Amino acid sequence: MSKRTVQFKIYRYDPDKDQQPYMQDISVELEASDKKLLDALVRLKVVDDTLSFRRSCREGVCGSDAMNINGKNGLACLTDVDSLAQPIALRPLPGLPVIRDLIVDMTQFFKQYHSIKPYLINDEPAPERERLQTPEDRDELNGLYECILCACCSTSCPSFWWNPDKFVGPAGLLAAYRFIADTRDQATSARLDNLEDPYRLFRCHTIMNCVDVCPKGLNPTRAIGKIKDLMVRRAI
Amino acid sequence: MVNRVVVGAHYGLKDWLAQRVTAVVMAIYTLYFAINALMLPAMTYEAWSGMFRGGFTRFVTLLFFFSLFYHAWVGIRDIWMDYVKPTGIRLVLHMLTLLVLVGYAGWVAQILWRL
Repeated sequence: MSKRTVQFKIYRYDPDKDQQPYMQDISVELEASDKKLLDALVRLKVVDDTLSFRRSCREGVCGSDAMNINGKNGLACLTDVDSLAQPIALRPLPGLPVIRDLIVDMTQFFKQYHSIKPYLINDEPAPERERLQTPEDRDELNGLYECILCACCSTSCPSFWWNPDKFVGPAGLLAAYRFIADTRDQATSARLDNLEDPYRLFRCHTIMNCVDVCPKGLNPTRAIGKIKDLMVRRAI
Repeated sequence: MVNRVVVGAHYGLKDWLAQRVTAVVMAIYTLYFAINALMLPAMTYEAWSGMFRGGFTRFVTLLFFFSLFYHAWVGIRDIWMDYVKPTGIRLVLHMLTLLVLVGYAGWVAQILWRL
């Protein structure tokens, strides 16, 4: 791809200066080597250095540059800039308080993540070498452990928009199942108790926006379904 | 009252499961009802009301409506829980929904046994 100019429409809000958020029309000339949306955003910084966004690894591992791209949540570093309709509309992740421009306050998101105790609980003394799993048991963790907590899923979930303080959200529930499914974890029953709640788990109405947007191709809805299956198996 | 986010009511599974089971009941009944209605010799009031006079049909029809009302209870309550934030208003809406659905259930029984 040669040099080309790309049009943007970017959500801008600086609480120190602006009364209201507004959409800024801005364009930037890209070099042939600029492939991803994040490359374009870094170029944009040269045109307007007040533009604020989070970024770090630039290869879809850190989950920092999640944003709403043409109406759909995604990672700027994994999105081909040439695949997007112009002007490319960029907004912060929906439903979370905006700190500035494309940067949101993720406190609520991480609060829900921490509420499911995202660590292995095992009271037995640690063995001399690692705790072993069979290959089959390990396979169950595929599609769960890859989550990078970018919040694309939870912030595209209407149930999380309406009850972010009570509903754990798809990211948190995927992580919850990651530890429920882990044969090295001993707190399965306590974890299910923690989730058996009309708000924490059962606000999920299988809308499946989470599956639609996950940049890592994960399926939180399936993980939530498996949590419910285990609860049913435990109850009847 | 102190303003804290409270969760941990430890229910929801039964309602979630019941919503699925009642959906299956309704689907099966819809099939049974469609076959019966199509097999009517003529679409008259006599034939129509006669369809519900059999003990079995009366029983499964009642079962269908009870399933419908339970299903609706879980669904409508979900809407209140999703969108209505003040607890007092939510409680009133829950109660109204419940009363209306219980009223409907009684009304259905009365209609079925009047035929």
